Amino acid sequence: MKALSQKRRHPLAAVVLLAIALILTGGLYAVATASNQAQAASSTTYTASDIEEGQKLFVSNCATCHGLNAEGTVDGPSLVGVGAAAVDFQVGTGRMPMQMQGTQAQVKPRQFNDEQTHQLAAYVASLGAGPTVPEDEHLDVTKGDAANGAKVFLANCAMCHNAAGAGGALTRGKWAPTLMGVSEKHIYEAMETGPQNMPVFNDANITPEEKRDVITYLKAQEVNESPGGFKLGSLGPVSEGLLIWTLGLGIVIAFTIWLTSRSA
Amino acid sequence: MGNHRDSTEEVSSVAVTSLEASKEKFPDPGLPPHSPRLTDVDPKQNKKAERHVTLLFVISILGALLFWFAYFGIRVEGNFYDVTNPENNHLLRLQNLFLGLGIALSMFGIGIGIVHWARALMPDHEMVEMRHPVSSEESRAEAQDIMETIIDESGIKRRPLLRNTLIGSIILAPLTFVTLFRDLGPANPSLLKHTLWDQGVRLVRDPSGTPIKAADVTIGSAYHVLPENLQSLTHETGYVEEKAKAVVLLMRINPAELNISEDRKDWNVDGILAFSKVCTHVGCPIALYEQRTHHLLCPCHQSTFDAANECEVIFGPAAHPLPQLPIAVDEEGYLVAQSDFHEPVGPAYWERAKHVNEMAGEAN
Amino acid sequence: MAHHVIETENNYQARTTTGKITNFVDTRVGMSGIVREFGRKIFPDHWTFMFGEVAMYSLIILILSGTFLTLWFNPSMASVTYDGTYLPLKGVHMSAAYSSALDISFDVRGGLLLRQIHHWAALLFMTALTIHMLRVFFTGAFRRPRELNWVVGCCLWLLGIFAGFTGYSLPDDVLSGNGLRIVDGIMKAIPLVGTYLSMFFFGGEFPGTLLISRLYSIHIMVIPALLLLLMAIHLFMVVVHKHTQYPGPGRTEDNVVGFPVGPVYAAKAGGFFFIVFGIIAFLGATFTINAIWNYGPYDPSPVQAGTQPDWYVGFGDGALRLWPGSFPWSWKIDLFNHTFVLAVLLPFMLAGVLVLFMFTWPWIERWVTKDNRVHNILDRPRNAPFRTAAGAAGIVYYSVMMIAASSDLIATHFHVSLNDVAYVLRFLWFFGPIIAFIIVRRICLSLQRKDRELVLHGIETGNVVQLPHGEFIEVHKPLDEYHRYKLVSFESPEPLAAQPNAKGKITGAEKIRARISKWFFEDRVAPVSPAELEAAHHHGHGTEAVEAGPKPTGSLGGHSHN
Repeated sequence: MKALSQKRRHPLAAVVLLAIALILTGGLYAVATASNQAQAASSTTYTASDIEEGQKLFVSNCATCHGLNAEGTVDGPSLVGVGAAAVDFQVGTGRMPMQMQGTQAQVKPRQFNDEQTHQLAAYVASLGAGPTVPEDEHLDVTKGDAANGAKVFLANCAMCHNAAGAGGALTRGKWAPTLMGVSEKHIYEAMETGPQNMPVFNDANITPEEKRDVITYLKAQEVNESPGGFKLGSLGPVSEGLLIWTLGLGIVIAFTIWLTSRSA
Repeated sequence: MGNHRDSTEEVSSVAVTSLEASKEKFPDPGLPPHSPRLTDVDPKQNKKAERHVTLLFVISILGALLFWFAYFGIRVEGNFYDVTNPENNHLLRLQNLFLGLGIALSMFGIGIGIVHWARALMPDHEMVEMRHPVSSEESRAEAQDIMETIIDESGIKRRPLLRNTLIGSIILAPLTFVTLFRDLGPANPSLLKHTLWDQGVRLVRDPSGTPIKAADVTIGSAYHVLPENLQSLTHETGYVEEKAKAVVLLMRINPAELNISEDRKDWNVDGILAFSKVCTHVGCPIALYEQRTHHLLCPCHQSTFDAANECEVIFGPAAHPLPQLPIAVDEEGYLVAQSDFHEPVGPAYWERAKHVNEMAGEAN
Repeated sequence: MAHHVIETENNYQARTTTGKITNFVDTRVGMSGIVREFGRKIFPDHWTFMFGEVAMYSLIILILSGTFLTLWFNPSMASVTYDGTYLPLKGVHMSAAYSSALDISFDVRGGLLLRQIHHWAALLFMTALTIHMLRVFFTGAFRRPRELNWVVGCCLWLLGIFAGFTGYSLPDDVLSGNGLRIVDGIMKAIPLVGTYLSMFFFGGEFPGTLLISRLYSIHIMVIPALLLLLMAIHLFMVVVHKHTQYPGPGRTEDNVVGFPVGPVYAAKAGGFFFIVFGIIAFLGATFTINAIWNYGPYDPSPVQAGTQPDWYVGFGDGALRLWPGSFPWSWKIDLFNHTFVLAVLLPFMLAGVLVLFMFTWPWIERWVTKDNRVHNILDRPRNAPFRTAAGAAGIVYYSVMMIAASSDLIATHFHVSLNDVAYVLRFLWFFGPIIAFIIVRRICLSLQRKDRELVLHGIETGNVVQLPHGEFIEVHKPLDEYHRYKLVSFESPEPLAAQPNAKGKITGAEKIRARISKWFFEDRVAPVSPAELEAAHHHGHGTEAVEAGPKPTGSLGGHSHN
């Protein structure tokens, strides 16, 4: 005991203790969220308590704009029939609840954890049939075909999201966001629900397998470095032109000044 | 500074206008005296500069070695942009980097070395050279005489028949070659009138080629569509050219939100509308569809069309609406075209007005 | 004759190794004249004189890297099935051109680097060429005897655009294909012959199967040959005229001050080639340019956000974006059973006005100033306020069009509405040049007045001293005569009233010229004369020499002392 109390007084003791505490909390949190994710992904059916809890969350957080029974108001559309996938996408990416009314809901730190998102989805799904949260099988990029994904992506997505998924402009201040760093599940859900002004790509238009191929193509873009060097945002000729007028011309001018100046 | 007391009374008291002032000019003081560089006066600095130049040339040699290291030393086998194995992209990027840096160093070493040599060790006295007029009057006069003699001896002025036939032949001879350009392509503007769409042609998905059931086009959906008969064409029989004219965007809008004129009432199927995807400005595919605002946006020049309002132009440089394809449902529930477009698709052209009139006549 | 040649050889006995080599070459091809002409030829040294060289070196690098690319590139639109190492396009049907461009990028060692070097060199070529043109314009280097060389330079600029665009189109990806589709749309807008032109160009309807090979022969043969020819003419004229020089002590209209070609200038210019190569290789090593694999093979159906041309074509694309096609009425007009596509023609004509002014500016300026003298000394831009202001207006006019070509990226990156960007740019397209003209002219005149102040009163040293009678003054250090000469040795032309012609009549054109001349030179600042400097010294250190004094008619800078 004495030895322990002596050690406790060691100046590093506090640091060690803090580190242990942090690791423990972090580890526990990781385990907890992992189990939550597993739960959310594996369950295709929702329990009555999920729906009940979801309704409570809905009334206190979403009803101002979407109405007490999600029937919609002037500030927000009806959520009857949008399905669990729409909720999982909008809430899971932090777009909902919106910070303010604007041209478009923005990505921000998410307001609800996985369990709460799951409960909200359960409630909205109970209001009317709609797209469901995708199966793990359709998110597995090791099973996808990037070549087919590239075809589907270039025909249906690249016009708004750019060929490299870097995003692009829409009318009147709206925009198509970048697809880099978006999770497989959220890409899938965006295609099946058509959030904001994005068109809906239902399973008759782009089949679940094709959606997986698109995700595979995007993930291949994401995990691979550009062989040519820095990508300059993958924005095409504009960022290249900007670079030559700034860095390129800057280096050239520095050399011309040095070259024509008198040596000391 | 101190000399001003010597100036005459006139200069200092008379108001000097710019006009008068411009008549008086400062004399040219000549080239400023040359001041020596460190390398000119200090043998140590001189030696140091020489060592620097040598070092730069050595860096150039090292750069070449780096290039060969990257070329022969980095081996990349297998596929790129593999979702499960990003290693190959990484290696190719490294190879590209080191090959490029190798060349850059070998070039910079030589270039900076030589310039440093010139700046620090070669003479830096500015020198003066006199300019000479581009040509003198005498030489011009002499040249003129020679030209006149040549013309005179050739007799071209005295023999107008020779001159005129020569001019004629010289004009016509090159035109024979210009004529050869005629067969660069067909001169048949009426090719632009029609597309592959026709009565009963099914709408199929791009790129998979599967037909589309009306029931599958839910509100908010957008389909990129081709005519089914396009699949019978090959690259050699005009597949790309026909595709370039026939591409269509299909979307479904709540019929309550549509604003359609009387003669187009039966062109849609319960709010499913089909529009040509070729911009009427300069031809980019109009593929950006906003399902809530029903706006169609061209990513090339930002022409914006309102799909709920017969695709009239609401913004940007396009000057006329996107042509609409009249569609219907066949007995199996698949979407089909009622006819071809009723006007030429794509950018406007000189003969377009004529074609529109002719097509209206054909339709009747 | 033969006897005579032998005699010459015998007469001259070379002593050194260099001499022996020289002797050998000269007696066979007669190079001594060239060495005598160029060996010690003087070139003035200034950093702004280097951009033409950068462009020339970029062109050499373009030819070297481009030749390398031709060894692997297959300019054919024949349909093949891709079986290379870029996984996302495996098994996809594409043109042989695109397939071989992918092979160069992924399967030829160093191929990607050479592609990137080629493309970066093209961008640097056009950038350096543009800066070079601006330098020539703003310093008045295009004046007699160099007007024709200015025109040759303008042709090089146009050719550079075509060279770049044809190269951009060769890979046959979706980006370049949509660029060509826009070209098709523009061609069709031309009245009477447009449709035919388009069909001749593409070999039928867009896109056809011939275009890539046609563009290829233009890109690697016709345009480079013309570029090299014009560049040779350009350089020949530089030699004939000798280079211009900035004003300064010892520099006159009749001499050229600088360094001899051998050894200093040759070393610097030669070394600079390697430096430019190094810069381009560095860019090619570290920055991805035109990642063609992302775009996919050309197909008329898809299109991508961020569809833009390379920057030097941007002004044309931007002009197309800016013209409101349906406001206030439709700019497609059907008349006499034909269609006038004004929505496309008008913006091109507006862009063309700039090019027209560019080509003809030396004659416009000469007509207004009636200055037909030879000019070998350059103007400092501030000393030609009207020209500088007009150039600035031109830059703004051009830049607004160029920036408009990236309106969508401006919208997404600055979080503003695409439409608002277009409205602002439309306004700036017409009013920006006027604003720029007024501001830049004022800046020039102010800088000239600042120069006068410097000459008259010297440099403020910051030392405040008290005189014996109690007055405090700041000590001004007078300029040395070399510095002063640089600031006073310029001309400040005055408006030239309408002159009668040979018949004694003042023509309408002459009246217009006189009016423009008044507009050009009404506000002017004259250089300080020795008399003025004397007067300023006489009156001590007051600032009134510049700031005060009644303004003489038509002169800003004139001033008087009582």
